[in-house]
Amino acid sequence: MRVKANPKILALLVPFLLSLNTLACAVPVQDAVPAHEAAPAMVAPAATSPADVHEATVPEGETTVAGEQAASGEHEEKAGDVIMHHVKDSNVLAFEPFGEIELPHLQLGSLDISITKHVVMIWIASVVLLLVGAAAGASIKKLSAKQAPSGLGNVIEALVDFIRNDVAKSNIGHGYEKHLPYLITVFFFILTCNLLGLIPYGATATGNINVTLTLATFTFLVTQAAAFKELGVGGYVKHLTAGTHWSLWIIMIPIEIIGQFTKPFALTIRLFANMTAGHIIILSLIFISFILKSYVVAAAVSVPFAIFIYLLELFVAFLQAFVFTMLSALFIGLATAHDDHDGHELEASGHH
Amino acid sequence: MLTSGIILLSGSLLDPNPGLIFWTAVTFLIVLVILKKIAWGPIVSMLEEREKGIQSAIDRAHKAKEEAESILKKNRELLARADAEAEKVIREGREYADKVRAELSEKAQIESQKMIAAAKEEIEQEKRRALDVLRNEVADMAVKGAEKIIRATLDAEKQKVVVNEMIREMASNRN
Repeated sequence: MRVKANPKILALLVPFLLSLNTLACAVPVQDAVPAHEAAPAMVAPAATSPADVHEATVPEGETTVAGEQAASGEHEEKAGDVIMHHVKDSNVLAFEPFGEIELPHLQLGSLDISITKHVVMIWIASVVLLLVGAAAGASIKKLSAKQAPSGLGNVIEALVDFIRNDVAKSNIGHGYEKHLPYLITVFFFILTCNLLGLIPYGATATGNINVTLTLATFTFLVTQAAAFKELGVGGYVKHLTAGTHWSLWIIMIPIEIIGQFTKPFALTIRLFANMTAGHIIILSLIFISFILKSYVVAAAVSVPFAIFIYLLELFVAFLQAFVFTMLSALFIGLATAHDDHDGHELEASGHH
Repeated sequence: MLTSGIILLSGSLLDPNPGLIFWTAVTFLIVLVILKKIAWGPIVSMLEEREKGIQSAIDRAHKAKEEAESILKKNRELLARADAEAEKVIREGREYADKVRAELSEKAQIESQKMIAAAKEEIEQEKRRALDVLRNEVADMAVKGAEKIIRATLDAEKQKVVVNEMIREMASNRN
């Protein structure tokens, strides 16, 4: 299963590249066309959009791409565009050799709430998660006290127990039970989205900054609500001073307020960047062989490295889900800490 | 290869999409609520229950162990006490037996001595009686001898014979 994504791309693109190869390598065509095509591109920058400037400043890539364009005629995609198309959100579900599904456009007041590829992936992840959760919950409920758990229920239970003991209890401490459902859900939600991005035709919803921003915002809201509930308004304001001398408050309070927002911001960027980066690396490795037009490169570099990165991605999928959950718990724990600020900060950094 | 560098710079990866945010929020909240009810609730409560169960089992095991240990200790004590008791009984028995034996042998000795003494006395008495009888007899004889002497008198020869005869008689009698 883990190598499916790469052969998929290879299988789809190799025949097309093969036909390109034979045409593009015909010397007169390749010599003639780039000169013909590149000329307008070099002239254009003055007049056209900044995107064209990029193309013009990368002559090597431009020429090969231009060569491909000229040779195939109808395929105007560059490697970068293909990768971007794969990583970015869109309004179609593409099942490449078989066709596409156009997704509906919806409007809620002035808000455009069209169903996009990533919305569909989130829904699929939710359905998977609900089914797994329901099965695990049912198998746990069936269990009598004297039976050992087994199967799916056992797997989910082990993860839940891990989050409960090692993430929630050790980072939040007193009163962690309230936040447990959120932390467990966020872990499994992110994990499922991450893993769905690794199967063929899947897309990584967590590689979209809007999704990670939303999840980080939930963590932010939970953290702030927990802090207000635990400390009260006075305690919350006192927390902002970080227990320093009053003369430092003019510096400390803005820093602490900014700190409240940098935490979810870091969560957003971390998850988004990690999930996007892996996919871009895999696709880039695959495209090396297309750009260099060599089967040797494909067999010796692209596929082995892509498989390696793919396995790494599998690990990262779990790791990032864990890190997001861990940091959410840590932020909640930091915000609700009663003790003096420094002591807890030290203790928290000791966890890493 | 360089084209892939453009990807990151293009900036369109960071495109904000309110629709996606809306759907993510809605979906996540629904999933959260449903899963909390159907999955996390039962699983977490089961985990807590199991934790408690294991803790109570450990407690019970500890208690049972302590109890067993105390029982063992008590048993050992009882055994030791029983041993001591038995030893005491044996010792006492032996002592008693020794005493009884000593007493008995002493008594027997006394008895035997008494018997010996009695026998001796009897012998003495018999002897005395015999001597008495002898003395009487001797006296009688002496008297008879004297009588005979006196009857036969006069004759020294005869006297001598009589006396010798008497002495012989006495000797034979004595024997």
